[in-house]
Amino acid sequence: MNQMATTSAAPNHSGASRKILVLGATSGIAEATCRIWASQGASLFLVARNPDKLAAVAADLRARGAALVDTAVADLDDTEQHAALLSHAVNSLQGLDVAYLAHGVLGDQSRAEQDFNTAAHILHTNLMAPVSLVTWLANYFVQRRNGVIAVLSSVAGDRGRKSNYVYGSSKAGLSAFLAGLRNRIDREGVTVLTIKPGPTKTAMTAGMKGSEKFADVNAVAKSIVKAIDSRQDNLYVPFQWQPIMFIIRHIPERVFKKLNL
Amino acid sequence: MPTASPANQQLSFRSTGDEPAGKASFESWGRYPVYRANIIPLHWRTDYPGIIQNLHSGILPVGLGRSYGDVCLLKDGNLIATPAMNRMIAFDPETGLLTAEAGISLAQILDFAVPRGFFLPVTPGTKYVTLGGAIANDIHGKNHHIAGTFGRHVTEFELVRSDGTVLRCSPNENREFYAMTIGGLGLTGLIRWATLRLKPIVSRAIDYEGIQFHGIDEFLALTEASKDIEYTVSWVDCTSTGKNFCRGIFMQGDHSPKRAPLEPSPEPKLVFPFDAPGFALNHLSVAAFNTLFFHKQIKKRVVTLQDYEPFFYPLDKVLHWNRMYGKSGLLQFQYAIPWDNAREGTIAILKEVAKSGLASFLAVLKAFGDVPSPGVMSFPKPGITLALDFPIKPDKSFPLFERLADMTLEFGGRLYPAKDAAMTAVQFQAFYPQWEQLARFRDPMITSSFWERVTGEQS
Repeated sequence: MNQMATTSAAPNHSGASRKILVLGATSGIAEATCRIWASQGASLFLVARNPDKLAAVAADLRARGAALVDTAVADLDDTEQHAALLSHAVNSLQGLDVAYLAHGVLGDQSRAEQDFNTAAHILHTNLMAPVSLVTWLANYFVQRRNGVIAVLSSVAGDRGRKSNYVYGSSKAGLSAFLAGLRNRIDREGVTVLTIKPGPTKTAMTAGMKGSEKFADVNAVAKSIVKAIDSRQDNLYVPFQWQPIMFIIRHIPERVFKKLNL
Repeated sequence: MPTASPANQQLSFRSTGDEPAGKASFESWGRYPVYRANIIPLHWRTDYPGIIQNLHSGILPVGLGRSYGDVCLLKDGNLIATPAMNRMIAFDPETGLLTAEAGISLAQILDFAVPRGFFLPVTPGTKYVTLGGAIANDIHGKNHHIAGTFGRHVTEFELVRSDGTVLRCSPNENREFYAMTIGGLGLTGLIRWATLRLKPIVSRAIDYEGIQFHGIDEFLALTEASKDIEYTVSWVDCTSTGKNFCRGIFMQGDHSPKRAPLEPSPEPKLVFPFDAPGFALNHLSVAAFNTLFFHKQIKKRVVTLQDYEPFFYPLDKVLHWNRMYGKSGLLQFQYAIPWDNAREGTIAILKEVAKSGLASFLAVLKAFGDVPSPGVMSFPKPGITLALDFPIKPDKSFPLFERLADMTLEFGGRLYPAKDAAMTAVQFQAFYPQWEQLARFRDPMITSSFWERVTGEQS
């Protein structure tokens, strides 16, 4: 699109260039997070399905000062390709400090209620694919006795609700998997961060009722970067969701089942 | 539900009621008029024009809704909201050329550019406008007499027509579309990305000087004396008559040449928290404010080093300051009158405003320079510009506005569409006889409530 130089002298806030792999890099929250890392001069390997969107995000991050931006177009539903994709990313970055999993689908709840294939697709994308990726990444980081695996789960996984229980159950499974994995590998020096964003203003939620009140994606991204830097285990973002979900988890079932949530 | 952070409240388009998602009533910064429209957010530059397929009513690409009237509204149509399409495409630190998607805001550009030693070539009084909106309204700033309008610094852009035609526009390529799109009120197509020439700075600071003046002749003398100073603008008290008539403060500044740390700006924290009741702004409260503002500067002359934020964007510190005007909103009035009649016209209009007793809270006076704009529909012309705003009082504000607009026409001037909600079709067509040229270049799918009002054309 443009013949101009695409790099620039960026202010670097964190010294050496961190090596970060981002899966689902064109998701709204991932893109906002990457902008912060780029301005810190990180090296990024981005994976997404749509080549046009991926190229647009990559150019933006280069201009913002990322030390290196490499990309791969891939459909992460295809778990057969995961091992090759991940080794390619690690080779390209010449190492890896942080793996950030941000891909996922909201899915069509009402269709999923009628059609198992729709439900299975949501579960595959949001649970099976991340399990495959994280399994490879966990073993990679354990060998090096260092690293952070940060995964976007959701507050929707904290308790199944009629409005989105298929999506919610995929995220519940993912959160449980990550909790168990953390229990296994934290002692090996690997941090597993489960991120539970509340409704956030992104392309995924555009047009949803009440979306103008959703959390600002840049504020969410800032909290995620901070949680990774401080090697946190769990993050509710914005933080108000922690007490809200505490209450929701503790509503007695005989009351909960009658609520319209 | 978590409360929204200040960052996203910068969007002034607000749904004004509990309506289903997507469909809502929208108001621009002046809060008048309020029209129902369907809002379609554009996240990716490759999604257009795909996302407008199957739409049956007209469309209008919009930015952050900081225009005051209805240039950014389309009653019962589709607003293509561009602020989520805000990626950088390329930046060359040697030349300062920045290519970015059109939904990026000037605030986002500054956050990126200032730490790298660059600044906007032209900036309006708020940084919460988009690159695309700045081109579409060919905005101007305090340096108009040196730098001209914003469009002069846009070296090229890509225009996408609703039929899918993609036009790369620059002074050398698709020249007519380049000239019609700069100041073309968003009507010629969707601006997908643009290249802007930033200018180098070595400090955030402005060498500021504020000088009190009494009367238009002192203002004109100060203007003449400050020809070589990059930024000049005056606040003028239009509530006073007699010996205080046309008193004001002449504010001027240059980027400080002394090297200083180029930190990014902090996020704004204050939000004007509620809609002020209609009686809050009356002649007395505004006169009191104006007197305080004039005497805030006790000395005849103040010289200081000031950060660029308060110098350029004093009101951005309070998000949603337009709520001060209450629910009924405000009416802006900004003219440019050529030098031949500038002095006489400004005196006559200020007298008319003072006589009306309708308070103008903010009155801004400036001399426009003779640097030509590449835009055919561009508003500024060499002479004096005065911007006023009035709280809307239905029986009084509109008749006054119409008188002022007619006076502007008699003095050979014109009004600024970006700040207009009230000029008539006859007035507009007399101000801008070149409007028929824009009509020919208009994208057939695109229109605005402004355009329909001043031309009678429908999409």
